[in-house]
Amino acid sequence: MDKTFAIEALNLTKYYGETLAVDQVNFEVRRGEIFGFLGPNGAGKTTTIRMLSGLSQPSAGAIRVLGYDIGSEIVEAKKGFGVVPEYSNLYGELTAQDNLIFAAQLYGVPRQQRKRRAEELLETFGLLEKKDAHFATLSKGMKRSLTIAAALIHNPQLIFLDEPTVALDVVNARSLRSLVRELNRRGVTVFLTTHYLEEAAMLCDRIAILLQGRIIVIDTPDNLKQRVKAEHACEVRFAPMPTEVMELEGLESVYRVERSGAGFRLYGESMPDIVQAVFTYASQKGLEIVFISTTSPTLEDAFVQLTGIAPEVMLVEKGVK
Amino acid sequence: MWKDNLRGIYYIALKDMKTYYLKPPAVSWGIVFPVAWILAFYLRSPQDFEKLLPGLIAMTVLFSTTAAEAVVINLELRLGSLERLLLAPISLPAVLLGKALGGVIFGLIMTGLVTSSSILLFRPQVNMLYLALILLPSLLVFSSLGALLCVMVKEVFEAQTLLNFPRFLMIFLCGVVYPISAMPVGLMHLAYLLPLTYTVDGLNYALGINGNINIVVDIILLTAFIPIFIFPAAKLLAKRFA
Repeated sequence: MDKTFAIEALNLTKYYGETLAVDQVNFEVRRGEIFGFLGPNGAGKTTTIRMLSGLSQPSAGAIRVLGYDIGSEIVEAKKGFGVVPEYSNLYGELTAQDNLIFAAQLYGVPRQQRKRRAEELLETFGLLEKKDAHFATLSKGMKRSLTIAAALIHNPQLIFLDEPTVALDVVNARSLRSLVRELNRRGVTVFLTTHYLEEAAMLCDRIAILLQGRIIVIDTPDNLKQRVKAEHACEVRFAPMPTEVMELEGLESVYRVERSGAGFRLYGESMPDIVQAVFTYASQKGLEIVFISTTSPTLEDAFVQLTGIAPEVMLVEKGVK
Repeated sequence: MWKDNLRGIYYIALKDMKTYYLKPPAVSWGIVFPVAWILAFYLRSPQDFEKLLPGLIAMTVLFSTTAAEAVVINLELRLGSLERLLLAPISLPAVLLGKALGGVIFGLIMTGLVTSSSILLFRPQVNMLYLALILLPSLLVFSSLGALLCVMVKEVFEAQTLLNFPRFLMIFLCGVVYPISAMPVGLMHLAYLLPLTYTVDGLNYALGINGNINIVVDIILLTAFIPIFIFPAAKLLAKRFA
């Protein structure tokens, strides 16, 4: 059994009829890392999770999860991982506690530990007061939390989270992210798909960007940002303000200028050069710099440049906006 | 692994009992319909009712098990919660057997009530061993048949509609409504292809009425129908999630 990798996918391919959904995908997820899967709708993220978790058979390729071959040792592999699907799909007619106990029964948690484990998770997710409420009556955030709790009932070594924060409000999404970090600190490997680039940047050790069924890049968030052809921006306000934008456009190292509120936003490839040019200009013109701020490329910029897709498009596709 | 599967089958059936047995489609098709049918037959000819008992018990087995399958499978297919079971560390056939067991238990409760009240009211000659040996495979056969048809569609109403075709075909050809021996040859052959025919025949033996086939043959053929339905059901379910 390989102790290094939690997931190994080799030439993973999936056809639905004639349609190629996942195209020879190769990647490894190291034990103990948070691995992000980013991509627009239809990129193959959920199909990949379904294959990794044994729910769907690959058309070609091989998968090992926690050292087990998914084709021949699926039941053993399933004992070591939990899955949180995109939609909260527990049983509406069962109470919060009964849902967790049923999950414990299915996963073979010893009888004497089931209730205690369920209560621990209810407490962790702030649902202890709702333990006797039917799942159908819980709020969207509570349903999501309980679905995640159910996936953790057997203390898995690996958890698949498919769009965990979709439809959650800001507070719930934030607490969920903290929980993911906490789980990871305890040694749980996390495989996460998300439409939220910021979320991926905050949580993930490495990110794979998937487009049209193929992985186009796998790297750390920092390295992905550095891959972007740099477009640094510098926001500046002078006193008095120059009336002509053209003067600023003529500055060396600045290739674009936009009005931004009460000031200007200057774009260029090198931040030190832009800042230097701004100070030289102010000094030559006898202007005072009353405000200056700089921004570097984000994961969003990297994503846009690598995929050609605006991040807003993903959120709209997902019905988030 | 077999321990994991047995555990899964047991807890899935237990959860289905808690969750779905009082759902309207289970009550209407699995309880109200057979009871209404029995009452209709009784009111029409109370003096011959004893002779109709095997057919009516068989019909109760058929409707209660298949109605329960439509609920335990299709409600979960629609809500996506069947996926949860397939993600658990148990095999797909075990998930399906758990679902079939849910139908068997619902059918057993209904059939037990109908059979015991009929025995108390009409006091027929009952061979309890025959009764058990016929009812057990029958419950499994019709629950498996229900599972097979239910995994073909998504919604509960679609499943109930689809189930009505074999249900009514079997009711009219099993020998209760019209004697098999008096049927045209083609229909007679068809009748012997249907499991309800053997349930009715076996129940005839169990309730002191002479059957046409042989109780041992009835039991063997009913048992043989179980894999004929359950294996394709497992294949279809796997294909559905492929």
